[in-house]
Amino acid sequence: MAVLLIAEHNNKELRPFTLNSVTAASQIDSEVHALIIGYNFEEAKKALAALPLVKKVICVEAAYYENFIAENFAPVIVKLAEKYSHIICSANTFGKNLMPRVAALLDISQISDITKVISTDTFIRPIYAGNALATVKSKDNKKCITIRPTSFDPCETSGGTASIETYESSKEFTSTKFIKREQVKSDRPELGTARIVVSGGRGMQSGDNFKLITAIADKLNAAIGASRAAVDAGYISNDHQVGQTGKVVVPDLYIAVGISGAIQHLAGMKESKVIVAINKDGEAPIFSVADYGLEADLFDALPKFLEELNKLNTIQK
Amino acid sequence: MKILVAIKRVIDYNVQVRVKEDGSGVVTDNVKMSTNPPDDNAIEEAVKIKESGKATEVIAVTVGEEKAQETLRKALAVGADRGIHVKVDGIIEPLAVSKILQKIVDKEKPDLVFMGKQAIDDDCNQTGQMLSALLNWPQATFASKIYFKDGKLEVVREIDEGLETIEVNLPAIVTCDLRLNEPRYASLPNIMKAKKKSIEQLNASDLGVDITPRIQQIKVEEPPKRKAGIKVANVAELVQKLKNEAKVI
Repeated sequence: MAVLLIAEHNNKELRPFTLNSVTAASQIDSEVHALIIGYNFEEAKKALAALPLVKKVICVEAAYYENFIAENFAPVIVKLAEKYSHIICSANTFGKNLMPRVAALLDISQISDITKVISTDTFIRPIYAGNALATVKSKDNKKCITIRPTSFDPCETSGGTASIETYESSKEFTSTKFIKREQVKSDRPELGTARIVVSGGRGMQSGDNFKLITAIADKLNAAIGASRAAVDAGYISNDHQVGQTGKVVVPDLYIAVGISGAIQHLAGMKESKVIVAINKDGEAPIFSVADYGLEADLFDALPKFLEELNKLNTIQK
Repeated sequence: MKILVAIKRVIDYNVQVRVKEDGSGVVTDNVKMSTNPPDDNAIEEAVKIKESGKATEVIAVTVGEEKAQETLRKALAVGADRGIHVKVDGIIEPLAVSKILQKIVDKEKPDLVFMGKQAIDDDCNQTGQMLSALLNWPQATFASKIYFKDGKLEVVREIDEGLETIEVNLPAIVTCDLRLNEPRYASLPNIMKAKKKSIEQLNASDLGVDITPRIQQIKVEEPPKRKAGIKVANVAELVQKLKNEAKVI
């Protein structure tokens, strides 16, 4: 049996976490087949076939797959599932939306958001916002698994020569229609994969004040994150939210500014390599996870921080 | 229009969860329990729709131990009309919950089913999608805005890249994000009135659903703790540490 990996892409290129899921899939079984469902995805297909860990690429194409509606994707995966021991994709909003629909149709109890593969049926996954780690063993014959992308390294992207096959599309699900997608276009690194993340919280006090964060992020080539409080207050859009119900990030450097450090926020960033906290409340819980804490008013500290960065001869990009 | 709202009783979001020493789970004795936070948003949205005149009845359903009734009472106190409690002891997996909910949907025939997008205890994020699959209904997950439009529902979904809008025919499942609305608090008179509202009690076995767990929990342990850090005196020291000690900039 082999592992079926569901590729995430935008019909042009692979979305970055597909690379992490391929790594996870290869830790379960070396026979990794990647399924790409979409429309006019020529380049993404080539990128997938070039991944050395992928042995076969299976393409399913139709106009109604263009917008990744789970109701359309699930029947295709269910039909293909017969030949596979595991079905895998990322535990991001793409995979979270899709995989349970597949699992239920196959009568499989899904294992969500694994951070480690112990064996073909045993995995570790965080529960309670990462305050506990559960080792779980699936008793189903087939497994449906979503993986936490930041817990697996991205795979090699060149040198592979996977065979490419096409597979039949399923009937369109007509009760769900895609209307539009509003994406904030940005030249910054993606939050999920950035080497440095600078995040702002309620302490920023307004959306306008986020320009202090932006200036530092520009200088460090960092992604911009936020606490739920900052998103709820309308300071910044939802795609920046880090935490239990937002994104999980594991950058080399995470700078938390004006963030108190609720359990739910820590769940999304406490695995970061180096954590900096800037907060005027010395008792804020964020300091308990920070490698370097600066007890200061962020409105004084951030301009000085930028000044100090400007004094450096070199900054790693 | 009838709306069914599925809710779950979980350890309160403010509690610092502790792992049991024998590795069998987390400590739940004498720990504050509450409604799963996004399930409060699900109830609120259903009640708002009823108040706007578009729905005639809001039914709250929960699957869990005896005390899960407290969660139903709270839902009744903020405006749900009646409750259904499917009694289950011990761990129950999302697949089994969705099969139970499917039976309740078959019986109650709601036009909409709301629930939170994820429970903050097991963090699975599965039940709504699984129920949609079993019913072959549309699934509008991670909803932060919903509108009725020509008998259909337009839903703004929070996705990693930003926001996505979809339109679903009814009946449909909506899983709610915390930003969907601001859940209200129950007033004392409404808490009193809720005591008179009916809660129907069922057993999973009455519904003919096999809830045997398919996943064996081998152990639960604490995550590795971070080493304590240091406080720096000023910004200049911070930048020097990041450059020369941590070597990350």
